[in-house]
Amino acid sequence: MRFVLKQPSVLPGFGLTLGCALFYFSLIVLIPLSGLFMKTSTLSWEQFWDIVVNPRAIASYQLTFGASLVGALINGIFGAVIAWVLVRYRFPGRSLVDALVDLPFALPTAVAGITLTAIYASNGWIGRYLEPLGIKVAFTPLGVLVALTFIGLPFVVRTVQPVLQDLDQEVEEAATTLGANRWQTFRTVIVPELWPALLTGMAMAFARAVGEYGSVIFIAGNMPLKSEITPLLIMTKLEQYDYSGATALGIVMLVASFVLALAINLLQWWSSARHMHQ
Amino acid sequence: MSIQVEHVTKRFGTFTVLDDVTLRVEAGELVALLGPSGCGKTTLLRILAGLERPDQGRIFLHGAEVTDQRITERRVGFVFQHYALFRHMTVAENVAFGLTVQPRAQRPSATRIQEKVRELLTLVQLQAMADRYPSQLSGGQRQRVALARALAVEPKLLLLDEPFGALDAKVRKELRRWLRRLHDELHITGILVTHDQEEALEAADRVVVMHQGHVEQIGTPDDVYEHPASPFVYQFLGDVNVFHGRTVQERTLADIPPLPEVDSVVSADVMDEHEVTFVRPHDLEVNRSRTNPSQLEATVRYVLTAGSRVRLELTAEDSGQTIEVELTKERYRELNLREGEVVFVHPRHRQVFKIPQS
Repeated sequence: MRFVLKQPSVLPGFGLTLGCALFYFSLIVLIPLSGLFMKTSTLSWEQFWDIVVNPRAIASYQLTFGASLVGALINGIFGAVIAWVLVRYRFPGRSLVDALVDLPFALPTAVAGITLTAIYASNGWIGRYLEPLGIKVAFTPLGVLVALTFIGLPFVVRTVQPVLQDLDQEVEEAATTLGANRWQTFRTVIVPELWPALLTGMAMAFARAVGEYGSVIFIAGNMPLKSEITPLLIMTKLEQYDYSGATALGIVMLVASFVLALAINLLQWWSSARHMHQ
Repeated sequence: MSIQVEHVTKRFGTFTVLDDVTLRVEAGELVALLGPSGCGKTTLLRILAGLERPDQGRIFLHGAEVTDQRITERRVGFVFQHYALFRHMTVAENVAFGLTVQPRAQRPSATRIQEKVRELLTLVQLQAMADRYPSQLSGGQRQRVALARALAVEPKLLLLDEPFGALDAKVRKELRRWLRRLHDELHITGILVTHDQEEALEAADRVVVMHQGHVEQIGTPDDVYEHPASPFVYQFLGDVNVFHGRTVQERTLADIPPLPEVDSVVSADVMDEHEVTFVRPHDLEVNRSRTNPSQLEATVRYVLTAGSRVRLELTAEDSGQTIEVELTKERYRELNLREGEVVFVHPRHRQVFKIPQS
């Protein structure tokens, strides 16, 4: 069969829209990103490698990606629970809670950071009760996790919510009449339907967390090798006018994010191909 | 398994969906709950399944009260209008579902489950489709999968909620006959909810006609069709011409002196009532000339010749009422009618109801 680029359609303008999309995408995404590579190319391989595998940099990658991943997993569980409650139950103040879910998204990240720090500091509302238990949140990697979990929540709730809303309750009833108990109904009927949306939401929360800067720097304490995230390291290098060093770290972030995004997309594609026979 | 429904009432908010419904279904019977949408038939079915709870009244299955029993304990097979198949499972997995979720102690072995699934798929004639997903099947096939899935747990009672409602007319007819044959083979007590009178009359042993939360009539298909107990049943079970006795003057059909063969039923014996006469379109006799003084004069408006019978739409000369008539092709050719011609009609068979004045 001959490869057909242009599908006949009732709406004209395939060429025009494709051109616009490519132009826009180049302008906004591709050109800045290639600038990143151009700048880094002023470094030699040895210099690049030294910057990238510096112990301080490695520790920051571990913290950034690790905390983002754990934050996304936590959001995956609790975001799904929140979405479930918002869709399935009617209670006073439901629409208020629904609106509040978007708050971490809308709030300036610095405000979020300062608020979280104030609450989790050893004299803060929550921090003062955690302190005697030996749990320190503010100015530790745990604080980074708290901030990254906070900002990722809306992504999971907002992707799972519409899918739950569309879920046919008859299917659950069918499972029940066939003798399935509540847990079996949830596990065998509801989870497979939610899975692709949940994965998407977690991927977005993860991506957002990897790039987060504003809220983290306040609560993290920013101790090198301990609670320093990669974006902060980049910022530090910029402040020292080490532009190529900053872009080198930027490239590591970029490549890692791209690989992860690709992997998540493939996983999602695989799971929807397996589960979603529409 | 016999079913007994005693004085069941169900309200949604201020709306009474079921109003003191009492009903008995014998073991091995296939009963149709027939009525227009909103008459409460689906709610009654869902109450029987345990998916809804009645506000008042009691349910007995095989003599034992189950009103407060959980769905899973009732061993009831339920078939939904929109199939409600698990779309992420294959046909075989769907059918096996009821067996695989059983507690380990009762669950048959994997090979036994496979065997059972194969048997059921053979029963519903879908052996070749075992590894497909529901989305790859037609509507009729999906509903057969749903039925096989419901039968897998060997329910004592099979409840079907408008099972063929979402299918096209031809498939619906096929499946209806197939369901009837299946029922005759399995002898499982069944309740079929439908708004399609043809479906109810053809598939069921007995028909329960429901209207606004009440049971209007219970009887064999012949019974309810030939001897409707109320104007509602008469109207619901087929096309009908309605003639209001006192509202239209003089020579309407209702005022014709009863003919000897006329079967007239009076539903209530109250004073101050209107009489309403019901005549089915095929019970009207059409003549080109007046043979009897009580005949109604009418003009032919439309002639529809498509189908096995010819349908005429007439306008009564005096009242302007539209009258529907159904003729055999032979009779139509004999009369050789054209649109615009004047004819004389009278009923071969009619039913008179007295209804309270509102």
